[in-house]
Amino acid sequence: MSIRISFDGEALEGRDGQSIGGVLLANGRRTWRTAAGAERGIFCGIGICQDCVVTVNGVEGVRACQRTACEGDVVEREVRA
Amino acid sequence: MTRVVVIGAGPAGLAAAASASQAGADVVVLDEGERVGGQFWRHHPAFTDPRLQHQLTRFSALQEALEDVRVVTSASVWRVEPGTPLRVHALVGPVDAARRRGETLEADAVVLAPGAHDRVLPVPGWTLPGVTSAGAVQALAKRDGVALGTRTVVAGAGPFLLPVAQSVALLGGEVVEVVEAASAGTIMRGWGRRPWQMIAAAGKAGELGSYLATLARHRTPYRLGSAVTRIHGGSSVEAVTVQHIDRDWRPIPGTERIVECDSVALGHGFTPRLEAAIQFGCEITGARNGGDRFVRVDSQQLTSIPGVHAAGEITGIGGADAALAEGEIAGLAAAGVPAADLRYRAPLTARRRMRAFTERLATHSIRPGWTAWLDDDTIVCRCEAATRGAIAEYADASSRGMRLATRAGLGPCQGRTCGRSVEDIIGAASGFDRRPVLSSVRIGELAAHRIPPTTGEESKQ
Repeated sequence: MSIRISFDGEALEGRDGQSIGGVLLANGRRTWRTAAGAERGIFCGIGICQDCVVTVNGVEGVRACQRTACEGDVVEREVRA
Repeated sequence: MTRVVVIGAGPAGLAAAASASQAGADVVVLDEGERVGGQFWRHHPAFTDPRLQHQLTRFSALQEALEDVRVVTSASVWRVEPGTPLRVHALVGPVDAARRRGETLEADAVVLAPGAHDRVLPVPGWTLPGVTSAGAVQALAKRDGVALGTRTVVAGAGPFLLPVAQSVALLGGEVVEVVEAASAGTIMRGWGRRPWQMIAAAGKAGELGSYLATLARHRTPYRLGSAVTRIHGGSSVEAVTVQHIDRDWRPIPGTERIVECDSVALGHGFTPRLEAAIQFGCEITGARNGGDRFVRVDSQQLTSIPGVHAAGEITGIGGADAALAEGEIAGLAAAGVPAADLRYRAPLTARRRMRAFTERLATHSIRPGWTAWLDDDTIVCRCEAATRGAIAEYADASSRGMRLATRAGLGPCQGRTCGRSVEDIIGAASGFDRRPVLSSVRIGELAAHRIPPTTGEESKQ
């Protein structure tokens, strides 16, 4: 079964049960965050490093590698100076 | 009835919960994941390639043995307290959501089985998108059914690199090279002249054979005595420098090769998750001499704190089989089964057999010369972008002074990724393992959480 989430306003399709990070990667997105002026993507994949955090439905700092994507989730990039 | 709380639902935790429950204890298992299984059984029922799932029969048997156990998933343990009873505080709800439900458990015995995570040594360029830990490749393959890139270099140290390379290949990616830091000579000396005998004794021959066959089938080179010493790219990974290293892992000038790739998986061993053990006050071995740190346990997996047992990777890195054996022993002991009981025999034998294997893993231990491949401007602390140069400048300051000046280890991961590397750079222990809050918790959740008053001796006075 497939689900749809929005990432910075764009609709992306994923498989029901994938993490938000998994949906982004499966859609060819390798980076979804800016830190210290450079692009960052997924790093540890198991919830340790916090490098993959995104804003989900208005809540900041959600680890994309740990949160299961739900139908209609609104996901936004985060920028950290 | 003995109340047992198990923290962690990987192989060690599940084995502990099952054996404690079968021995008649009242058992609760807490795990921060959405499903039980830990990193080893991280598979998704619908879309994990079955060839990536090991020992599924054992997993199913353990799950069936949890019939009388209360299993709480999506539970972040953020504080533990020693005493009578022992207490465990958790927040339960979707990962990093606001307003999760707080829960405090009281127990006569606790089994700590939180596992470990990859230790990844920094390398110039390692913050580029496309660079991940080796464990991330496994997690994405098992949990999400996705591969990161099309041309991957797998680099670091230890046998874990092999299943990672196999996962990439099974998902249709190309493994350009596997780069292992230990040299052929070191591997011969460490594993013995006939390493297959040791591996067969640990029941790992078939597993190793399948990994090596995968490499051979794809004609993937397995480079020994080498390291990825630089990662190149603009907006993401484009290539790596692979270089020979000496016995201390110092790069040997003039041996550089450029290897084109679009992703890099790095893993230089594992770091035990010691936070809860430290907060309970358990004795940690190796903490003073700068060596690898693990929770000290006796033959019953009991720590130095009464009622607190530890099993799996936090007592020494040994893989799933060792964790299963230790967990079973810890669960029986936590339930109050006396040491002479026959139920200990099988897991004690398994633990002994695995120990010979795990001792050999030291062959791949990190050597101090690795810091020579860092530049002054290489980011070491990814969260705060603290560089090697800035950290080295404060090498003689107090640990607190160094952290406040550079911000190393003060970001959201709280030094979990960089802590040991910072210590290698400054040449001293820095106390990164001691974290007042054990897991990611929103400050509002902490503020809202009401801890029930202590019911022990103190409150009666």
